[in-house]
Amino acid sequence: MMIGPLLGEGWQAMRANRLRTFLTMLGMVIGVGAVILMLAIGQGAQMMVNDSISSMGSNLFIVLSGSSTAGGVRMGSGSVPTLTLGDMQAIAEMPEVAAAAPALPNTAQVVYGANNWGTLVAGTTAAMLVVRDWEVVKGQPFTESDVRAGTRVALIGQTVANLLFGEEDPVGKTLRIKNSPFQVLGVLGAKGQSLDGRDQDDTLLVPVTTAQRQLFGNQFPGMVRFIMVKAKSAEFMAAAERGLTDLLHTRHRIREGQDDDFTVRNLTALAQAAAGATKVMSAMLGAIASISLLVGGIGIMNIMLVSVTERTREIGIRMAIGAKQGDVLLQFLLEAMMISLVGSLIGVGLGVGCAWAVSRFADTVVVVTLSSILLAFGVAAAVGVFFGFYPARKAAHLSPIEALRYQ
Amino acid sequence: MADECLIRAVELGKDYLTAADTFFPVLKDIDFAIAAGEFVAIMGHSGSGKSTLMNVLGCLDTPSRGHYYLAGQDTAALSSDRLAELRNRIIGFVFQGFNLLPRVSIQDNVALPLLYADVVKSERRRRAQAMLERVGLGGYAERLPNQLSGGQQQRVAIARALVSNPQLILADEPTGNLDSQTSEEIMAIFGALNAENGITVVLVTHESDIADYSRRLIRIVDGRIAQDGPTAQILEPVRP
Ligand SMILES: Nc1ncnc2c1ncn2[C@@H]1O[C@H](COP(=O)(O)OP(=O)(O)O)[C@@H](O)[C@H]1O
Ligand SMILES: [Mg+2]
Repeated sequence: MMIGPLLGEGWQAMRANRLRTFLTMLGMVIGVGAVILMLAIGQGAQMMVNDSISSMGSNLFIVLSGSSTAGGVRMGSGSVPTLTLGDMQAIAEMPEVAAAAPALPNTAQVVYGANNWGTLVAGTTAAMLVVRDWEVVKGQPFTESDVRAGTRVALIGQTVANLLFGEEDPVGKTLRIKNSPFQVLGVLGAKGQSLDGRDQDDTLLVPVTTAQRQLFGNQFPGMVRFIMVKAKSAEFMAAAERGLTDLLHTRHRIREGQDDDFTVRNLTALAQAAAGATKVMSAMLGAIASISLLVGGIGIMNIMLVSVTERTREIGIRMAIGAKQGDVLLQFLLEAMMISLVGSLIGVGLGVGCAWAVSRFADTVVVVTLSSILLAFGVAAAVGVFFGFYPARKAAHLSPIEALRYQ
Repeated sequence: MADECLIRAVELGKDYLTAADTFFPVLKDIDFAIAAGEFVAIMGHSGSGKSTLMNVLGCLDTPSRGHYYLAGQDTAALSSDRLAELRNRIIGFVFQGFNLLPRVSIQDNVALPLLYADVVKSERRRRAQAMLERVGLGGYAERLPNQLSGGQQQRVAIARALVSNPQLILADEPTGNLDSQTSEEIMAIFGALNAENGITVVLVTHESDIADYSRRLIRIVDGRIAQDGPTAQILEPVRP
């Protein structure tokens, strides 16, 4: 039998019980909306993590001062610097290593004219730019001789540049860090958020020697807090990690059985773990949201069963004038599908709207993709068929005379 | 011989399962044949099994025993789809309680059998409207059933029964809910259908006035055929 007139009749039946239809649809609306919103949030989180990972640089290790394997009584890693520039040099000369750079970071107040801003000032070398795949978009990086001489020069991140200089060109200007004048040599390219949510552009790089001698080296002279190491390629990661550990054991005279005074972390592996965790999280979000779709489907089944019972006599009349079992089945199945499809259409609108609101007002990255819309829609249609089938079959299998007699 | 009859019941019986889990025979040894073009009235007391018989004749119910042949086919051998097709094309059923779909317009009610016969929309409308005009309700196409009187609703039901050009009209107490004036109008329609279009009419009634329109009368007593003959002969002696 033709589907067109059945759609019209389904529409009539839906209109005849507007409130009930609306409430049943609401289940699908919320279900589909939730799936789309949750997938959007999950995908947004994945995108942020992936951006952070690619901004971090590739094949990275971080060597921290202090031991992470030590017991709770010890201070956390990095609290007492044990690494030196000599360690850094030795690491940089390892065959598996492409570059290594020291870091002696600390927060400090930075002033330019009337503007001042508390930021992370890191003492390092020019190699840091290689290690982190960081480019200087304006001006020049500092050089070996700046590091050797401990000159007061600085590279500033995008955030610092915007906050202190606004529209002005920072290159060549002089700003003050802890009241000492520093000349801005260049501006670093934008990196965005790090995996732990910090703004990586809210920073300022100075030669490590300058930081040690003039800014915050007083407590532990000649030391650095951590060393960042870039391996030559992904295949060298394992060898580099072993080499690093052996090298530092030798240099720090740590014998077997003794606690390390340093920690090597494979940042790339950590990042991959973070990406994996985010993926799992977004899948979980989607799965939890799908439960509401399931609940919506059960709502449809429930209301269709009620509808079949209420309309038993109508079914009997239809059968008496020639409706086949297939006609009755199709009629009720289409009705269930119409409820679920109209509901999911509204749900798509709701989900996309909520996703937009979240990105607008909650300052979270959300990504609505066509595939997530199609997925939610497809699942909703399947839910309509699946949960509509049993009631429709029940209607189709009524005996004409029993149905006609039903009061 | 079976080929000449539109309807043929052979030793037909029907049992109902009672509450006490025993079979209660409602129809017993029903044997008769109706040829195309006949106008038959079935009479009997309330509870004698008239409706049960009509439901079997209309392929809405199945007999417990015996055989029922419709247009030469043993209905026991037919699938439910095939039975639906017979109900759709050969039989037009008219019920005591009209049985119109309440939410559907008069015209769509009449056109409904054509929907299940896969007739296209314009044709459905045209034929439904023609049938409504035939029963004198041409101007009521867009109304809903509850906006019509009982007599009008029964005429709509007759139009619906006629719309797919059936060979057989089965009417179970079609005037049972109507006053005598309206009943006469309805019976006039059945009479015309039989006389002018040659449609076989079988109707159930317990009123002699109604049965008077028929040419043959079957009287059922306790689920058995007690009398079967020309209406005039059976009814005449009862008259004062
Ligand atoms: N579905 C049913 N279940 C059990 N008994 C039934 C059922 N339908 C009818 N009967 C019984 O069958 C008998 C005949 O019913 P019916 O054919 O409706 O009589 P009529 O139409 O002649 O008044 C009655 O005694 C009635 O109680
Ligand atoms: Mg009856």
